[in-house]
Amino acid sequence: MSLLITDLHAAIDGTEILKGLNLEVPKGEVHAIMGPNGSGKSTLAKVLAGHEDYQVTSGSVSMDNQDLFAMEVDERSRAGFFLAFQYPAEIPGVSNANFLRAALQARMPKGEDLDAVEFYKEMRDKMGKLGMDQKFTGRAVNEGFSGGEKKRNEILQLMMLAPSYAVLDETDSGLDIDALKVVAEGVNTMRSPARGFLVITHYQRLLDYIVPDVVHVMADGKIVKTGGKDLALELEEKGYDWVKEELVTS
Amino acid sequence: MDKESQTVTAIAEEKDTVGDFTFPERNKFDAGYGLSEATVDYICDVKNDPDWVRDFRKKALRIFEEKPMPTHWATKDLETINFDKIRYYLSDGERPKRSWDEVPDDIKETFERLGIPEQERAFLAGVEAQFDSEAAYSNVKDAVSEQGVIFVNSAEGLKEHEEVFRPWFGKVIPSSDNKFSALNSAVFSGGSFIYVPPGVKVTHPLQAYFRINSENFGQFERTLIIVDEGAELTYMEGCTAPKFETATLHSAVVELVAMKDAKLQYITVQNWSSNVFNLVTKRGIAHENAEVRWIDCNIGSRLTMKYPGVVMKGKGARGEVVSIALANDGQHQDTGAKMIHAADNTTSNVVSKSISVGEGRSTYRGQVHIPKHLKGCVNNTECDALLINSKSKTDTYPAISVKGNKHATQHEASVSQVSEEQIFYMQQRGLSEAEAMSLSVNGFVNDLVREFPMEYSVELKRLIDLEMEGSVG
Ligand SMILES: Nc1ncnc2c1ncn2[C@@H]1O[C@H](COP(=O)(O)OP(=O)(O)O)[C@@H](O)[C@H]1O
Ligand SMILES: [Mg+2]
Repeated sequence: MSLLITDLHAAIDGTEILKGLNLEVPKGEVHAIMGPNGSGKSTLAKVLAGHEDYQVTSGSVSMDNQDLFAMEVDERSRAGFFLAFQYPAEIPGVSNANFLRAALQARMPKGEDLDAVEFYKEMRDKMGKLGMDQKFTGRAVNEGFSGGEKKRNEILQLMMLAPSYAVLDETDSGLDIDALKVVAEGVNTMRSPARGFLVITHYQRLLDYIVPDVVHVMADGKIVKTGGKDLALELEEKGYDWVKEELVTS
Repeated sequence: MDKESQTVTAIAEEKDTVGDFTFPERNKFDAGYGLSEATVDYICDVKNDPDWVRDFRKKALRIFEEKPMPTHWATKDLETINFDKIRYYLSDGERPKRSWDEVPDDIKETFERLGIPEQERAFLAGVEAQFDSEAAYSNVKDAVSEQGVIFVNSAEGLKEHEEVFRPWFGKVIPSSDNKFSALNSAVFSGGSFIYVPPGVKVTHPLQAYFRINSENFGQFERTLIIVDEGAELTYMEGCTAPKFETATLHSAVVELVAMKDAKLQYITVQNWSSNVFNLVTKRGIAHENAEVRWIDCNIGSRLTMKYPGVVMKGKGARGEVVSIALANDGQHQDTGAKMIHAADNTTSNVVSKSISVGEGRSTYRGQVHIPKHLKGCVNNTECDALLINSKSKTDTYPAISVKGNKHATQHEASVSQVSEEQIFYMQQRGLSEAEAMSLSVNGFVNDLVREFPMEYSVELKRLIDLEMEGSVG
């Protein structure tokens, strides 16, 4: 049981960004992807989610043996794929509570209704854990939220939807150290043998709090190096140029 | 011109959307196709109109015939209406019933499917249900009529309550106001007459429901509501028609009068099928310190032209129009508001939100008039348009004529689009494209939907969901 990416090539507006990417995230593990800006990390996240701006030119992705590319964006979500966005969209006029309710309702069998009382209880509980003020239930999704509030909100959705595989795209950016700890704590409570994580980050800092099982380094649309959690420290020390140089010389 | 009654087969022809079903016609009275003085006489004879009404109708007919189509400013689509191919009066000759049990089965079933008796039981003070030209059912709760509230159809109003009816009838909206107010004045039938005595606050809404059942038919209901000094009323209007092959015409006139310190709120949720020409004139007069609010939701129709207005005639009067319009493929919602300030310290507020889906088009036309000799008038106008697809259209014509400098006016307009990133985000959380669209649209109108009574806001959300379902993929 894993999220298995095989020889993935993807392009946007005719420019190839992902150039033969291979990666496997088994259930129960946390993998990190690190890489310089522009290496294609967000592209990978959006291609996995099914964004229509990207063309998958070859390769495959299977999620627990299901062909991810055979599914629509919303089907992938309901099948257990979650993406915490680097830049979450704002939805004017739609309250956080209504949005989450609609997302959970979409997962219910036809003709069955979500238990509203249970839902609110759970949502309040999880907001408490993330240090979110209760007034966020009634506020429009991400509208006027600070960068940090948006990221917490992404983790709230992750906790409520409880996916099988979650990709976190630079969830640490825009967070101060206290917020980072809270968010990391939220993610850590979600770690489970039934769930795989792919944590995308530019900085090693996040990985002090969400300790990964495996670290991958991405450059120019490919995974160029894979190692244990120490690889992150090594990267931090030597900088991304080190990986790039290795690439050129290899 | 009479047509033999047809045998009733109480089996509605099923179609796929709400309100899209029809029962076989069985009209005892049918004015036939086309409009002439003979048509007007036929209607007067059937309805047993007094002479003053016959004169009123005939004068209006001449105005209608003389007035050109307003295509110098409005859409050319009006020219496709063929007045010779419309039937101007259809009824089964039955008087409106006070109990649903007495209403003929097919008509009763129609209204049951539209949820009217259920709403009546749940939260209404009275209901009038009109089927083509005449009311099939009309009832007001005892507690309300005991307060002296009159709630009858227009025919009964003009005959039984002439002393209250006649002084205001055609005064808020003269026949000559526009071509369609003239048309309505010539052939009107049905609609409500309401009078609320001084100081009476009607706690639950009164409701009328207008149902078109027959093809090539024109529905011309006429409503007059008078709320006397210090009294309060909320009136709600709903409408549907099945989808026919040919165009159908709905052309109502609604006149409201709010006396000193009165409050009158008129709520419309219309869901016409996509070939109805809906050309309606609605205006209210607010006397000293009175308030007239139009809350208007326009869904469906081929072309809707409707600009509810308030004439603020007394000092301190308030007028408000809150409107939501949704124009889907092949539809044009041409709506707006008219605010006529005619006394000092009067306040008007217009909030309009329109949604254009597919090749739908929505137009906002506003008119705010504050003359020079007044002081202390305030107008606030806000119109926001949401475009769903790249071919959706919207246009805004705000005409604000404010003379003098002792007034405060504010105008805001915006056009926005549901972004792809927003839809992608929602889909990533498991919503289908249609559900995502629906939620976005509901979010856009959310603050206005709150103005509707709870029972109606649920219905509104459901109607929006239905419209959005067909709009994607
Ligand atoms: N519309 C586009 N056309 C061409 N190149 C693009 C387009 N959008 C993004 N890119 C490029 O794709 C590359 C990868 O971007 P991204 O996946 O956001 O990187 P990362 O998340 O690793 O910083 C960048 O070089 C960026 O300039
Ligand atoms: Mg990125």
